[in-house]
Amino acid sequence: MTAMVKISNLRKIYDGGFEALKGVSLEIREGEILALLGPNGAGKTTLISAVCGIAVPTSGTISVGGHDTITEYRAARQLIGLVPQEINLEPFQKVMDAVRFSRGLFGCKRDDALLERILRQLSLWDKRDAKVNELSGGMKRRVLIAKALSHEPRVLFLDEPTAGVDVELRRDMWDTVAQLKADGVTIILTTHYIEEAEAIADRVGVIAKGELLLVEEKAALMARMGRKELIVDLQEPVAEIPNALAAYDLRLIEDGRALVYTYDTTADRTGITNLLAEIAAAGLTLRDIRTHQSSLEDIFVGLVKEDAA
Amino acid sequence: MNLQAVRSIYYFEMARFFRTFLQSFISPVISTSLYFVVFGTAIGSRIDQVEGVSYGAFIVPGLIMLTVMTQGISNASFGIYFPKFIGTIYEQLSAPVNFLEIVLGYAGAAATKALFIGLVILGTSAFFVDLSIQHPLAMAGFLILTCISFALFGFIIGIWAKNFEQLQLIPLLIVTPLVFLGGSFYSISMLPPIWQTITLFNPVVYLISGFRWAFFGTADVPVGLSLLAIAGFCALCMAVVWIIFRTGWRLRS
Repeated sequence: MTAMVKISNLRKIYDGGFEALKGVSLEIREGEILALLGPNGAGKTTLISAVCGIAVPTSGTISVGGHDTITEYRAARQLIGLVPQEINLEPFQKVMDAVRFSRGLFGCKRDDALLERILRQLSLWDKRDAKVNELSGGMKRRVLIAKALSHEPRVLFLDEPTAGVDVELRRDMWDTVAQLKADGVTIILTTHYIEEAEAIADRVGVIAKGELLLVEEKAALMARMGRKELIVDLQEPVAEIPNALAAYDLRLIEDGRALVYTYDTTADRTGITNLLAEIAAAGLTLRDIRTHQSSLEDIFVGLVKEDAA
Repeated sequence: MNLQAVRSIYYFEMARFFRTFLQSFISPVISTSLYFVVFGTAIGSRIDQVEGVSYGAFIVPGLIMLTVMTQGISNASFGIYFPKFIGTIYEQLSAPVNFLEIVLGYAGAAATKALFIGLVILGTSAFFVDLSIQHPLAMAGFLILTCISFALFGFIIGIWAKNFEQLQLIPLLIVTPLVFLGGSFYSISMLPPIWQTITLFNPVVYLISGFRWAFFGTADVPVGLSLLAIAGFCALCMAVVWIIFRTGWRLRS
């Protein structure tokens, strides 16, 4: 697949001297959903702002659809739709007028049939004549999305689209994103909800302190870094781990009622067979066994901690 | 040139004007009528004539200029400041538009509104005094140029302002005094000699004088100088706007 967005060595130092991005390079493929994860202040929004033309990069280059965002800004921006993090809307405008305005701003001829389709898709059609300030928070967020889609962008940036949104609306949002992906739109979303990245992203990038720590296929990332835990429930609690089991680096939990063994799913030998045999040999009786796969969240927290250390 | 974008911004700004059409229309009518009651009838009855023109008619050009300048500034500065304030400016910044198109949309709409209000005042005045316009083309030229210049000036203020206080600061502390002292309600020749000289440093004097010349054929300063002053001010505002455009000052981080 070709790169839809290509970011090379992007640095951004704000006037106050704060270095928000420290040389980020990233290629985003056409038609994929990339989730950018990172704690607050990691540089996610700055990265998006630089691509969309709101922030001027200190150095480095960005191209969208092969067009440089500085020298060919018109062609580049024509391809981009942006849904900002804050709900920034003119309060007294009607929904339809707001969306029409956005389309005009991007130099597109009026096309009410298209706007109707977009509003219907976002369940906003009934509200088309309502003023923006009469809408609920979730509806306002949909208006932002409708505005961003009004000029039929090929790349859509969603800056924390589900921050402060209820569960139902979040699911709706994910459906909308899936539908856009089906239409071939490339989607970049920032989030600090790991479950969001886990649910909808193809690839995951992790940003912390202005640096891109990694970008990887979600499945590969989880498999590579995915650690699994085997939890062995004991019939009788023990005060300490028997010496014979020291080699397994076990942890004792639940007041000595269970042992935890952490292993790597991708290793040739997981050591489970031997462990269970040796537990039996040490005279302990098993009551039950469970396993637990670490989530993207565990991986993410691990990465950011590692970076901070 | 993204004309569609210019049109969108222009209509958006005009829509704000039409949403409050009664207020936009009625308020200049009322304030003009008040000026005529106070200056024209009460005070004017004791002044008789200024430079061969009845005082009531004499103040019309100044009144129009006064309103057009303040309206041009306030409409344009608010028009661009408000999106900055509520954050909707992200859309203009991420759209395929350049600064010139943004200026055309905002300043163009502000100039249109100022022109409209100027014409409303002119129409209202006709109910109170006998008006003759000796040089209609020059009158229109001065009026339009003033609308455009002060809309550009207001746009610059709106970009510069970081809060509502700053937005009001320049109009309140600089523009209003200059306009009131610029001969809106009197002829400079009525002042003591020393003040006549000082007044010539007030750029607004040239604008009002030129505009008044278009009405009555008499002026405080040569009309060519007036034309030069307003054209120069317009060019200066355009230059500043161009520099803002080049640097992205106070718009792009």
